[in-house]
Amino acid sequence: MNIQPKPFPDEAESARHPFLPAIDAVEFYQRDRAMHPPAYAPGYKTSISRSPRRALLALQNSLSEITGPVFGHNEIGLLDNDLIRNYAKDRDPIGERIIVHGQVLDENRRPAPHTLVEFWQANAAGRYRHKNDTYLAPIDPNFGGCGRALTDENGYYYFRTVKPGPYPWRNYVNSWRPAHIHFSVFGSGFVQRLITQMYFEGDPLIKICPIVNTIPDQSAIERLIAPLDINASVPADTLAYRFDIVLRGRRSTLFENRLEGN
Amino acid sequence: MTQALGYLKETASQTAGPYVHIGLIPHMAGFDIFQNNFGNVLVGADTKGERITIEGRVIDGTGVPVSDALLEIWQANADGRYNHAADRQKGALDPDFRGWGRTGAEFKTGLYTFETIKPGAVTGRHKRMMAPHINFWIVARGINIGLHTRMYFSDEQAANEADPVLNLIEQKTRRSTLIANRSERGGNVVYTFDIVLQGDGETVFFDI
Repeated sequence: MNIQPKPFPDEAESARHPFLPAIDAVEFYQRDRAMHPPAYAPGYKTSISRSPRRALLALQNSLSEITGPVFGHNEIGLLDNDLIRNYAKDRDPIGERIIVHGQVLDENRRPAPHTLVEFWQANAAGRYRHKNDTYLAPIDPNFGGCGRALTDENGYYYFRTVKPGPYPWRNYVNSWRPAHIHFSVFGSGFVQRLITQMYFEGDPLIKICPIVNTIPDQSAIERLIAPLDINASVPADTLAYRFDIVLRGRRSTLFENRLEGN
Repeated sequence: MTQALGYLKETASQTAGPYVHIGLIPHMAGFDIFQNNFGNVLVGADTKGERITIEGRVIDGTGVPVSDALLEIWQANADGRYNHAADRQKGALDPDFRGWGRTGAEFKTGLYTFETIKPGAVTGRHKRMMAPHINFWIVARGINIGLHTRMYFSDEQAANEADPVLNLIEQKTRRSTLIANRSERGGNVVYTFDIVLQGDGETVFFDI
């Protein structure tokens, strides 16, 4: 399968295929908002005063939407995808050593190559290195809790870290976040921009989390839960979890489809 | 039953949460970890175009600034061209301008700022010119899915009146929520763009 994105249709191609306007043909699929959390999700209290209440304005894509920033390897440090080492002062951080890896794809199953993936998390005790985090669990002097990677030509990324701990938060009196890692992903167009959270297989806190439960679609929740990937673990060293991320698909023209066989 | 189409489903969004700073702008959270940080200065010494500052606040439904918001902007260069392969307009690329920036609101005041240039006009759908504008994306604790909007310029009145996107907004009074006011301060051009999440003067956000 040819995994490189096809060039965008140009004027000449559009003239040969008059049903394919040059700009309009490369827009993204409409976002299926029925499986995303709504802006107003009162079980997550902070959303109540931070949610727009008027209807979003439906806007067909123009160049402003289908373009987006491109990042290069020279912008990323060698240790940026190793959270075990990128803040270590005198020893490795405390916690279960894990690899998180996966592929960034679009809804057409095309890999998203050379795209920026950023991640941040609490330490093994459930504490963030952030001045607004006042949880009594200790800061780990050897753990920063953030990193980033560019996907390869097949859309793959990976990083090494310690498994984050669950922590309490003030939603209800006794609300706890399941262990999770935050992800930020770009894609090729600014409207593919996505922030989400990855959860861990088997965590009993997932089903009672008010933030998880902002998502109305059970299968969409399940797609945020990374399974243990024992085959990708490093024996006697590090376990692995697999987390694939799907960005919005680009509307490919029929012409492209025929060439690419998708 | 029918054949399966085989499309994948987009990964669901989740809030960026209260600690988004350590992931995306650690240097602004007093956290020195990366050699290279992504920030709010989009211009270099050789960038072409009029230097401008954009500043404002993200305001919640109770009228209080959101002090933990994270904002990103994406814009064309002074010639109206995006630095991206999909943009085949005739304008020249500027080697000293990517057109993307990121910042966080100040924890104490909620104020955000960007240092950039005023973009040129970009051709829209059906070859209709769009007025100069900057694309905004806002996330924060309590925002479940990133909010997309655009900032237009108060000194582009004629272009704004012809803009195909502003004209889609049915209630004309709401169009002003996307127009930043130009002023000068100490010889610098400043555009003020407040983003109101909810209630009176709620900013127009897009489903794109």
